[in-house]
Amino acid sequence: MNIEINNKTVTANNGETILDVLKRNNIHVPTLCHMKDMLPTGACRICVVEDINSGKLIPSCSFPVYDGLRIKTHSQRVINSRKTIVELLLSNHPDDCLYCVRNGNCELQNLSDNLQVRERKIRGQKIRYKLDLSSASIKRDPEKCILCGRCVRVCEEVMGVSAIDFINRGSKTVIGTTFDKGLNTSSCVNCGQCIMVCPTGALSEKKHFPEILEAINDPEKIVVAQYAPAISVSIAEDFDLKSGTDVNGKLNAALRRIGFDKVFDTTFAADLTIMEEGSELINRIQNGGKLPLITSCCPAWIKYAEEFTPDFLDNISSCKSPQQMLGAVLKSYYAEKQNIKPENIYSVSIMPCTAKKFEGQRDEMTNNGITDVDAVLTTRELAELINTFGIDFKNLEPELTDSPHGVRSSAGKLFGVSGGVMEAAIRTAYFKLTGKELMNFKVNAVRGLEGRKEAKVNINDMDLGVAVVSGLANAKKLLDEIKAGRDDIHFIEIMACPGGCIGGGGQKINADEDALKERMKALYIIDEKETLKVSHKNPEVIELYNKFLGEPNSHKAHELLHTSYQKREVLL
Amino acid sequence: MTTKNTNIKDFLTNNLLLENKTNSLNESDAKNLEVLRGETTEKPKIYIGAGTCGLGAGAAKTKAAAENFIKKNNIEAEIIETGCIGLCAYEPIMDFHIQGFNRISFSNVYENKVENILTNMFGHNIPDADILGQFPTENENWENVKSIYEHPFFEPQKRIVLQNCGLVNPIKIEEYIARGGYANYLKAIKKFTPAEICNKVEKSGLRGRGGGGFPTGKKWKFAANEKADQKYLICNADEGDPGAFMDRAVIEGDPHRLIEGMAIAAFTIGATKSYVYIRAEYPLAIERLKIAIEQAKQYGLIGKNIYNTGVDFEIKIKMGAGAFVCGEETALIHSIEGKRGMPRPRPPFPAVNGLFGKPTIINNVETFANVAEIIKNGEDWFASIGTKGSKGTKVFALSGNVKLTGLVEVPMGTTIRDVIFKIGGGINHNKNFKAVQIGGPSGGCITEQNLDIKIDYDSLIEVGAMMGSGGLVVMDEDTCMVDVAKFFMDFIQRESCGKCIPCREGTKRMLEILESITKKPMNQNEALERFNGIIQLERMAKVIKETSLCGLGQTAPNPVLSTLKWFKHEYEEHIFERKCSANICTELRTFTIDVEKCTGCHACVRKCPTKAIIGNPKSAHFIIEDKCIGCGTCETVCKFDAISVK
Repeated sequence: MNIEINNKTVTANNGETILDVLKRNNIHVPTLCHMKDMLPTGACRICVVEDINSGKLIPSCSFPVYDGLRIKTHSQRVINSRKTIVELLLSNHPDDCLYCVRNGNCELQNLSDNLQVRERKIRGQKIRYKLDLSSASIKRDPEKCILCGRCVRVCEEVMGVSAIDFINRGSKTVIGTTFDKGLNTSSCVNCGQCIMVCPTGALSEKKHFPEILEAINDPEKIVVAQYAPAISVSIAEDFDLKSGTDVNGKLNAALRRIGFDKVFDTTFAADLTIMEEGSELINRIQNGGKLPLITSCCPAWIKYAEEFTPDFLDNISSCKSPQQMLGAVLKSYYAEKQNIKPENIYSVSIMPCTAKKFEGQRDEMTNNGITDVDAVLTTRELAELINTFGIDFKNLEPELTDSPHGVRSSAGKLFGVSGGVMEAAIRTAYFKLTGKELMNFKVNAVRGLEGRKEAKVNINDMDLGVAVVSGLANAKKLLDEIKAGRDDIHFIEIMACPGGCIGGGGQKINADEDALKERMKALYIIDEKETLKVSHKNPEVIELYNKFLGEPNSHKAHELLHTSYQKREVLL
Repeated sequence: MTTKNTNIKDFLTNNLLLENKTNSLNESDAKNLEVLRGETTEKPKIYIGAGTCGLGAGAAKTKAAAENFIKKNNIEAEIIETGCIGLCAYEPIMDFHIQGFNRISFSNVYENKVENILTNMFGHNIPDADILGQFPTENENWENVKSIYEHPFFEPQKRIVLQNCGLVNPIKIEEYIARGGYANYLKAIKKFTPAEICNKVEKSGLRGRGGGGFPTGKKWKFAANEKADQKYLICNADEGDPGAFMDRAVIEGDPHRLIEGMAIAAFTIGATKSYVYIRAEYPLAIERLKIAIEQAKQYGLIGKNIYNTGVDFEIKIKMGAGAFVCGEETALIHSIEGKRGMPRPRPPFPAVNGLFGKPTIINNVETFANVAEIIKNGEDWFASIGTKGSKGTKVFALSGNVKLTGLVEVPMGTTIRDVIFKIGGGINHNKNFKAVQIGGPSGGCITEQNLDIKIDYDSLIEVGAMMGSGGLVVMDEDTCMVDVAKFFMDFIQRESCGKCIPCREGTKRMLEILESITKKPMNQNEALERFNGIIQLERMAKVIKETSLCGLGQTAPNPVLSTLKWFKHEYEEHIFERKCSANICTELRTFTIDVEKCTGCHACVRKCPTKAIIGNPKSAHFIIEDKCIGCGTCETVCKFDAISVK
């Protein structure tokens, strides 16, 4: 069909919304509540366009095109309406942009700038709300909330958690938890996807800066850093480098410039995880243990399971996540070897994730009263810290990680993307069961950004059924199928965030799907290029077993590297 | 006919529901039917108007007094609670019906009047009491008592929807059937196809009575043409406009009329399941509706395979928690689904994608209440009533500064003047008429110059108002129109769901601006902001109207725009002279002290909360205008009448 946009005829397809057509024709209409691939809610009204046929202003995000539709996207009437809407928002918004975590990266700021809002025409009483600092991961500042509802939808539709929703009516409407209590009492799994979609500074991660800087400036403390596999292919974007540039060496250098005494790679612990979890899988298959085995690397998934699917807690691998494993090893084996008192080690991890902040402070994540990991920074926070320290990241000379616990396989690196844990585990399990390496090392069926991937892997004439899901709503669907009797799946990888850690809640805000693809591509290129492609051949992992842990799933390994879960009561 | 229920049921089913054999009944059956129709009676009957309005006026005490009376005097008589006949101003209303005589109606029957009335009535004497009139039948007339239909309140009315209200026992299905009820439903499902009914309703010209006025038959067609494994019908009884109580009265007074209308509509669109979404603040209506549904089930009118036609019909009552926005159809659907009552963009319209994603038709109570009559009397009959674009009648809830408040049903095309001055009896306390608010917070006001417009969907829109659901709030000369606008704005901003920005933020800002002009600015900064706000008022109103998501927001600025249009001088007076002629906006009042009368007693100085009064004891005092907040405390405490509004 044909429609007319700003006096030009363009073709449109049945079922499309006006916004779809505008986007395809590179006509920019601002949106606030719109979310890609989700049903439009039509809440913000910023995307209104003028329908010449009816003379009405209609929301382009939700209005389906019809043959003969004629619209104007930037008539004076439309621009005035948009501007008034933004002015109305600003009339109830704190005027503290300079102090705001999203200063310079705020959709409301951009919108008012683009619409030339230069004077305060509409004044009124601003509604005051208290900050919610109760969560270990996420800070909520409802005063800055413009009620676009994106966080509510991502929490419900992508995560299946529904920790937050609209409460109250009229101008008193606010987004809050059940009974409007702190986020910590809610079912929030700390994934941080709400932060990723928040247009303003209403949602942000809990910062750990002061503690870390204090530790760095404390001569007694040995401050160690570890960073997750996804960090080195993500942080480049914060420094005007192409999405997906691998800046591993620069990352090491930057961390040392900030003042970290030692820099390790969490990927080492990913290899360690594969050794432990791989053995657990083989053990369960061979000895009739509970199947399917489900991965435990993702702390948001773990909290979700404890709240929503407690029936599956026995299915989840008892392995700690790589962050916690490395934390535990650093404060035991490494401390012993370097002759440092474990309590003098201040362990910081850099994660693409906000849930890791919650995980780090879980009671279970301690050894003899000493926390495995003391502080967690997100990718965003590290970028801020690098800027604070005036480091010219782009031009840093690459440096190597510290050793031991710095060497990694490229299999461990794949932990950064959905399907990566599965692929690394299959490589090692294949070797353990057959004595041979998997041909090509590749498991293509578990690669890609789809929310659910399934495959059958033939090992020793056994069809190992594997499934990979990302986005907890997808996990729920799969687990429901299994609950209903599906038994052809033996091993499941669950990551809370869509696409896995490269799309984590601690990553750069406003990155688009293309950036995500580039990050994924970068990880597979690393895997392609490097020779050490399997976890079980990581020399430092082998050394750790030989000198300290004994063998996978040994008593010592269980003490340090494994954990337990329990049903969690929360306000739903 | 015996008194056993089963036999009445068989009798009614065979002679009225399945086939109309009322002309060929034997004498005793015909007599009994007359009794059921209230045309005559065997036992004396005392009817008490016990709708919510009646109960509020003391009908429960009236009823108790009547019960005491018959017990004390050992009289065998039946006491029946009815719904409201419409004359809320005259509640409690008590009717008396004795064998051989017409039913006679009394108004203002407070408990202390019961004994006198009943003593006289049982003695066949007309008591000295407020008589509304008698209901003319073939029985003997009460002498010197006018027909109730000649009463100026009833005379200009045409009661289709309200025809049974206040007359029948609402929770006795037999009375409804005896008056021809439910036979229309069975006729519809046995004799007509859904498409035929759609056409009939479309031809009748019936338009939605909930406010929008969309042609009902056309709407039904959308859903009837959808193919789906399940369709739903919803009755919107979430009557939330301030000053509107039509739906409540229909359900309290004649619940079976609603059920029958819904049943016909459900059959027409192919829905087997239906909901009545009714606000929980209507407990009596809910109770009576529940009983009525049970009775209809017993008569096989709700359930599976109704009278072997293969038609299924089910009604569920869903109580709303009182959010005004849940009257909006998509918000209402969300509410039934258990979600937060927030509207969603349309299209898709509920007729295509509604409750639980299925085709759904939502109509208002009054719309459904018209349907059975259209089947009964034909679409041409219905189309003959009213104006070119608006057919049938409309029920209005008349309230405010009018003599006879209550429910009136008039043919479309009646003038507003007739409704207020003929039916309503004019303005209370002989004041002058100022305006009437029609359509509640979404509507607008009509002034003297437009009083002669004919009630019609389109003509009301022409004068900047709208039909709305039927609230008519009459205002006299003592009303401040800025205050009226503020009242509606406050209501709307509290009831906004908070979803879309223009409605959520804009209504709040508009309210703040109205608040600022109804009080004196305390300093120069406030004075400036006050002006700044006024400049923005119309611009904001336009954007809210044009860009809001649902009808609530799109109509939210109407009361302001409408009062601004007709009463601009009042706004100007508030803004420039900082004065409210109607003396309603107390914060604009300025008081002055009459130096002749002031004795300098100092009482006002001591009580003034803002220390705005100065003066030495025993000499005349003065008020510092800038400090005075117009609270009037000084006026109250002055024993010498020295202080008055300037």
